[in-house]
Amino acid sequence: MTEVLVLIDHTEGAVKKVSLELLAMAAGIGEPSAVFIGPGADNAIATLGAHGAKIVYVVDGQAMLDHVVIPKVDVLTKLVAEKSPAAVLIPSSADGKEIAGRLAIAVDSGVITDAVAVSADVVATQNVFGGATIVHSKVSKGTPIITVRTNSIAPVQSGGTATRVDVAAEISASASATKVVNRVSVAKSGRPDLSEAAIVVSGGRGVGSDEGFTKIIEPLADALGAAVGASRAATDAGWYPHQFQVGQTGKTVSPQLYLASGISGAIQHRAGMQTSKTVVVVNKDGDAPIFDLADFGVIGDLHVVVPDLTALVTARK
Amino acid sequence: MKICVCVKQVPDSWAEKKLNAGDSTLDRASADRVVNELDEYAVEEALRIVEAGEGEVTILSMGPDEAADSVRKAISMGAHAGIHISDPALHGSDALATSLVLAKAIEGRGFDLIIFGSESTDARMSVVPAMVAARLGLPQMTFANKVEINGSNLTIHRVTDYGYDEVESSLPAVVSVVEKTNEPRYPSFKNIMAAKKAPMETLTLADIGLDASTVGLANAWSQVNDFAERAAKAKGTIITDDGHGAEKIEEFLVTQKFI
Repeated sequence: MTEVLVLIDHTEGAVKKVSLELLAMAAGIGEPSAVFIGPGADNAIATLGAHGAKIVYVVDGQAMLDHVVIPKVDVLTKLVAEKSPAAVLIPSSADGKEIAGRLAIAVDSGVITDAVAVSADVVATQNVFGGATIVHSKVSKGTPIITVRTNSIAPVQSGGTATRVDVAAEISASASATKVVNRVSVAKSGRPDLSEAAIVVSGGRGVGSDEGFTKIIEPLADALGAAVGASRAATDAGWYPHQFQVGQTGKTVSPQLYLASGISGAIQHRAGMQTSKTVVVVNKDGDAPIFDLADFGVIGDLHVVVPDLTALVTARK
Repeated sequence: MKICVCVKQVPDSWAEKKLNAGDSTLDRASADRVVNELDEYAVEEALRIVEAGEGEVTILSMGPDEAADSVRKAISMGAHAGIHISDPALHGSDALATSLVLAKAIEGRGFDLIIFGSESTDARMSVVPAMVAARLGLPQMTFANKVEINGSNLTIHRVTDYGYDEVESSLPAVVSVVEKTNEPRYPSFKNIMAAKKAPMETLTLADIGLDASTVGLANAWSQVNDFAERAAKAKGTIITDDGHGAEKIEEFLVTQKFI
């Protein structure tokens, strides 16, 4: 069986869920091989093996992360040349897409971004234009390089073990042209990451103020263990930080449950959330287009309905 | 300081977008054509840099004839000149071909900085800035929400999921800026008038030394097999709140096993 390379996203060996999802997807194409770059491989190999990786190619060391994307591109370029994989799967993060783009040039191959499924014959499914159009496409030159969105497939526990194969790598001249001199962490809310969350509780113009977010939207999110999202109207008004914006020019999310409060559902917003599996809507305006996406909707005042719902959810615990 | 800002003409991000039934390329006629919203942050960033010192900003775009309007529109924010690469052979070009064309057009012009918006609102791939950096062999300083120039050195804040990385390189370099990096200005009447007279080069593939066999739909590195509009969602249950709205949502969440 042909190898399928999966670039692993991790923090010092703590493997992100998307990487396990990609191993499950790779198993549908060929034999999954994980590519682990950075420090902490010892913490990751058992997990990767248990989720389907037969081999873990390891380039250990912090130096690989001290330059913008290129060290990872160089490792993948080398592995593609040596292993002739059936495909390379990479998480659809900002870094992941840039790695895919540069790898495509380096190995003269086609690149497809934001796939939500990849078939055994490496046809990728994409939801484009914010999910309004479903496209099937195929790489026609070279090795298919495909970035895959989070939450596209469930991780599979194979219960296997992986063999570690260390790969020699150097920092190339083009990699050392950029240098990460400082990493700054912005205080985290303790909520799940918006783009990975299973549930997103989102607020829009109808929330009315920043206080509306802290007193109405966030408590429901916390009761449900959800991430908080916001529409462009809310972030433009300064009620909630821009990095939580869901939409055409913000984050694209595809959670199991998307709960939209006070959001009318302009195309701007729908483009970022309409592939959510289940959508619940609370809005005063029964004509709001967001109701077209709703599996369940309440025409009513979110300032009443949402706090009541928070109390009911909390009481169940 | 010579700065090149790459812009893309896209369908209005507030409009529904479609693909052409014939060749699965973007239906550019189905919506109003505008300058990609995120590219406005790139133009603004370039203008602020030259205004803080000295220099010129050139707008570069690849696209069909109509894209010339978007080049003028971007110039009217206060830029100095435009380059428009237009050639029938470019129709259907993918990101690999686009990056090749842009790199060829940029090469040899002595730009100190090439600035992009971090993605286009139609294709949303976010790969072209990195690819152009790769093709030009220049430092890739992308996803910046802060750009600082100090002599021949560049520092950016590269947005990450945990916050940001402070990254350094020398100039020349390729930068992409994210949404909200700055507040893009509206074109002034004076600049709108000036943009009409600004020098504009309109170039074909041959002019930039590329052969038609390297670009376009037929030579793309990937192909669309088929596409379909997403089926309209079955109408859900919509109720009017009568004081029990929250309980009804709770019931729904229970039946769907979310709580």
